[in-house]
Amino acid sequence: MNIDKKIADDLVANGVSFVTTVPCKQLAGVIEEVDQRDDIFHIPSNKEDEGMGLCAGAWMGGERPAIIMQNTAIGVTINTLATLIQYYRMPLPMLISYRGELREPVACQVEMAVHTKALLAQLNIPTYHFHHQRDVEEFDNILKYTFMSKKPVAILTDANFWGGYGDQ
Amino acid sequence: MIRSEILKEIAPILRDELVVCNIGIPSQELHAIDDQPSNFYMLGTMGLASSIGLGLALTQPKPVIVIDGDGSVLTNLGTLPTIGNNAPSNYILMIIDNGSYGSTGDQPTYTGKKTDLAGMARAAGCDTVIEVQDVDTGDALQAALDSGKATVLVVKCESGNAKMPVITMDPVVICDRFMKAVSS
Repeated sequence: MNIDKKIADDLVANGVSFVTTVPCKQLAGVIEEVDQRDDIFHIPSNKEDEGMGLCAGAWMGGERPAIIMQNTAIGVTINTLATLIQYYRMPLPMLISYRGELREPVACQVEMAVHTKALLAQLNIPTYHFHHQRDVEEFDNILKYTFMSKKPVAILTDANFWGGYGDQ
Repeated sequence: MIRSEILKEIAPILRDELVVCNIGIPSQELHAIDDQPSNFYMLGTMGLASSIGLGLALTQPKPVIVIDGDGSVLTNLGTLPTIGNNAPSNYILMIIDNGSYGSTGDQPTYTGKKTDLAGMARAAGCDTVIEVQDVDTGDALQAALDSGKATVLVVKCESGNAKMPVITMDPVVICDRFMKAVSS
């Protein structure tokens, strides 16, 4: 199974037409896939809170948005999640590269990984963790759940899900 | 002129347009001067007005006017390259540049010193950047609307705030009526 294609297929099938991204090595394939889809407008952002602002505007403009980012961004988007996305009750699927988990080669990444789920739990953000490739089968239902509930929802995707770094 | 005097003067232009307004006193002033369902008031999240407005302009055809401030743009400078590379023709970013953080007690920002926001916007790739003095805001804003070109308008004015009540409207109500105005 090509998980990059599956994720992009599910986004399109759920009417997600506006996607902003801040890159991560693990996300390179899915970002490229999203960029190539005619049904998705892809706009890279320079920081994740800026990206969430773009998504809020796109939602109010009548489209379904999504953001693709790294888990370190939870550290810079808490205010935006609380005072924009949650406060105005907007749906936002967040496909998140979960750095610092099993098969991670860079030690510093662990420092935010240990806080990631706790921060998301503190914000009452529904959170899913993809560890095996087959976990991607839930992505379609998670997208439906996100737009039904009009909440930000986190999908944490670790290195094992993406196939590791080759030698790890 | 101070910001509230400019807003009073351009209220007749703003009334029929989609407006995304910056957090704090700017939103309080606009709300008190001429509340409209087509105004989106930011109640939190400093810095993101320009980004919210850009997302809105990219996803529907009506003109979008963002009322931003120098302090807020400085806190989200990454927005300028994103605007410079993506802004559609229905996007107007109006930065009321009074050289101060108005909502927090008029502490000076760097745009009152050496920093040139219009120059930064141009360097970021924004093609149409116009800097005007406060008294010329209405004409410049109308010209930007008429031009059909993505525009960054930097309005130089004096520092100061009008005393206006806090917005107590529920954010979900603000969002709901705004989305209805967008789709009407």
